[in-house]
Amino acid sequence: MSQVGSTGRRGEAPALAAVGVSKRFGVVRALDDVTLAVRSGEILALVGENGAGKSTLVRIFEGVYRPDQGTLMAEGVQRTLRSPADAHALGIRVIHQEPDIVPDLTIAENLFLGDFRRLHGLFLDRTDLARRTQGLLAEFGLENDLSPWMRAGDLKPAQRQLMEIMRALRRGLKVLALDEPTSSLTEDEAQRLFRVARRLRDDGVGVIYISHRMREVRDLADRVAVLRDGRVVDERPTIGFPEAEIVQAMVGRPIADLYERSARNLGPIALSVTGLTTARVHDVSFDVRSGEVVGLAGLMGAGRSELAEAIFGHDRALAGSVAVDGHPVRLRSPADAIAAGIGFAPEDRKSQALLLLRSVKDNISLAVPDLISRFDFISDGAERRIAGGLVDRLRIRTPSLEAPVANLSGGNQQKVVLGRWLARRPKVLILDEPTRGVDVGAKAEIYRLIAELAAEGIALLVISSEMPELLGLADRILVMAGGRVVHEMPRGEASEERILSLAMADNLTETSAAAE
Amino acid sequence: MTDLKVESVADAVDRRLRRSGLGGLIERVGTHNFSLLIALAVLVAIFGFLRPDVFFLLRNILNIGQAIAMLGILATAQTIVIISGGLDISVGAVVGMSTVCIALAVGWTGSPLLAILFGVAVGAIAGIVNGLIITVGRINAVIATLGTMAVFRGVAFIISNGQSISIFDPAFRFIGDGRILGVPVTILTLVIVVAIFFVLMRYTVTGRNIYAIGGNPLVARLAGLNVRAYQIGIYTLSGATAGLAGMLLAARTGSGQPISGSEGLELEAITAAVLGGCALTGGKGTIIGGLLGVLIIGVLDNGLILTSVPTFFQMVAKGVLLIAAVIIAEQQARRYG
Repeated sequence: MSQVGSTGRRGEAPALAAVGVSKRFGVVRALDDVTLAVRSGEILALVGENGAGKSTLVRIFEGVYRPDQGTLMAEGVQRTLRSPADAHALGIRVIHQEPDIVPDLTIAENLFLGDFRRLHGLFLDRTDLARRTQGLLAEFGLENDLSPWMRAGDLKPAQRQLMEIMRALRRGLKVLALDEPTSSLTEDEAQRLFRVARRLRDDGVGVIYISHRMREVRDLADRVAVLRDGRVVDERPTIGFPEAEIVQAMVGRPIADLYERSARNLGPIALSVTGLTTARVHDVSFDVRSGEVVGLAGLMGAGRSELAEAIFGHDRALAGSVAVDGHPVRLRSPADAIAAGIGFAPEDRKSQALLLLRSVKDNISLAVPDLISRFDFISDGAERRIAGGLVDRLRIRTPSLEAPVANLSGGNQQKVVLGRWLARRPKVLILDEPTRGVDVGAKAEIYRLIAELAAEGIALLVISSEMPELLGLADRILVMAGGRVVHEMPRGEASEERILSLAMADNLTETSAAAE
Repeated sequence: MTDLKVESVADAVDRRLRRSGLGGLIERVGTHNFSLLIALAVLVAIFGFLRPDVFFLLRNILNIGQAIAMLGILATAQTIVIISGGLDISVGAVVGMSTVCIALAVGWTGSPLLAILFGVAVGAIAGIVNGLIITVGRINAVIATLGTMAVFRGVAFIISNGQSISIFDPAFRFIGDGRILGVPVTILTLVIVVAIFFVLMRYTVTGRNIYAIGGNPLVARLAGLNVRAYQIGIYTLSGATAGLAGMLLAARTGSGQPISGSEGLELEAITAAVLGGCALTGGKGTIIGGLLGVLIIGVLDNGLILTSVPTFFQMVAKGVLLIAAVIIAEQQARRYG
């Protein structure tokens, strides 16, 4: 299949190329003399750690930024892009993680906004709109899931991305860039997106694919380009580019096995959940031992985050109970759960965990007011000691304790969230997607930290959509579907295929049961 | 890409100043407050140049202080409300209600102290009502306090029968025109209230948590804060402060008037807070900034009167000031956000 990309359409100019492009932001050199081309009919993966310059390059392709030096060539013609509209006119489209849609308009209206046909020159031709929308939905295999008149705001992130691609297709699409499209998608949603990407490739579109996930890159891309510190450090056909070498090129050094682990000493039961039921979680029971890492697998919408929020007292429990070290926990608010020794690092750290404009120090000490104050007055010394100690221990790379967390990289932000809970010395720690949007180097550090915390006797419940991560970290895996725990398996019996089939099988029976 | 920050000219200047002797000062005062100080200095220079004979007289300076005392405590309380992500539009009406209650209570009890406590308590109750409507009723703060503003104003008219109630008690009138060690009591009240608010917001966990709640209530809740309790407490504080402002107004005018506090007092307080660097989205702002905002308004008012600018034009000038403040604040937010 890589034949199409590497040798097809020989002699034609690349669909889009950056030639000697540099871009600085103040003192930071985001791109340094980058020359990179995507050909028509190939999928080019762009990989690199956070801050390597991928997003900057994509924004230059999209006309958001203009290069300080160097030029863009579209189909062999030098172009200056002053705005995204210029890029769109040339058939260059970027699909972001969370595409812009008008939530209160219908799918059809969103798709054809600006291109409505009229009846008698005045009225909106709804029949025509529905027909054209149905056509597009059918092309993407969505005609059974979606109807043209559904409200766009009700779509899932994956469906929004597909909608954005459909919108791009309306006008001659030449280059499509997908910026970390799968970070909020489930496995099968991602697979559907890949099918679309492959089909576009076969139709002659140049596809640029940005991702942190090595397996996707290797599955999908014809060619891989690695960016590091604003330069293209390696660029090869995927076939001759083993994963280890890609990772090594990204970080600039070889990386040992990501999931180091030693035998764990399991203690007594630390977290015990019995018959927990909320609006979206049904009769869930399980235990986590002290020193144990339990993984929570499932498709998106299976109720994993909802279960975590219920245990943490954020979501109201309708029935059931939670106990820590055998003592029942009142579940009226997160404050109750925290008092009982539970910590929770939620899925979306920017909107749920961090005060982005506040300092590293303030963010760490947010959950330990009792440790940093006397009669409500903050002791600067105590606060610095606690926050500084955690910054050292977690190796949080920050200019100072006073730096706003917004300026930190994803991995360091996540470590700040972990630091907040470690300051409390929790008995139970719930981590929801702890490595989302985190680069490879920081991932390895977070994995090592999880192992350390388990060794210290903390009970960990880890939710992740990355199967290799769950399989690597967890001693035991619970599979959720439809708000229930449908299966539990020890580490030795778990495999990606098995988890996936369990997660999906139940999904099917649920929907067919609902249909009856 | 969030870690890439565009360095603008202003940042560069900022950095250079920081390295020089001025640096420590700016660091301590904060960039926004530093620009407010410069703005204040410019206003003082202009009016000092136009009316050198009057402007710098101690009498005039104390005049400014007395004129802004009430607005000062309202604006700094409003600053706290805005930092917490809320807004209290009802404060003007609470001031009016408080003056009426105090005037009546002075008549009943003959004790200025009891009357003042009564006025503050009425304000606090009004604040609790606001807080409950906003948290338990889950109503947007602007809508909620817009509604209660009308209610409180109505109550003030009902209990006073729509009449102005005079206060003759000399001890109470002392608050309005008396001095302690040469400093007017009104200004002393302002200084004490602002000092308490400053310490609260700067040095206590409570203050820190108010910033957190305003910055992102979900994050605050997931970190274990009782967001509702904080919000009710903040509106109660705002109401009680408005009650205290009512004391100042009643003492200055020697009467309780249901209509008082309705001439845009809440808008002036919000103007000062925003001018002082509060983001209406919450989580940002300082008490000192709010106070500087009030000082700027006070100096502007005073200077416009001294230079005989007609009243109607003064209104225009204030409106322009508010819009200019918001534009500056927005640009800063974009630069640092």
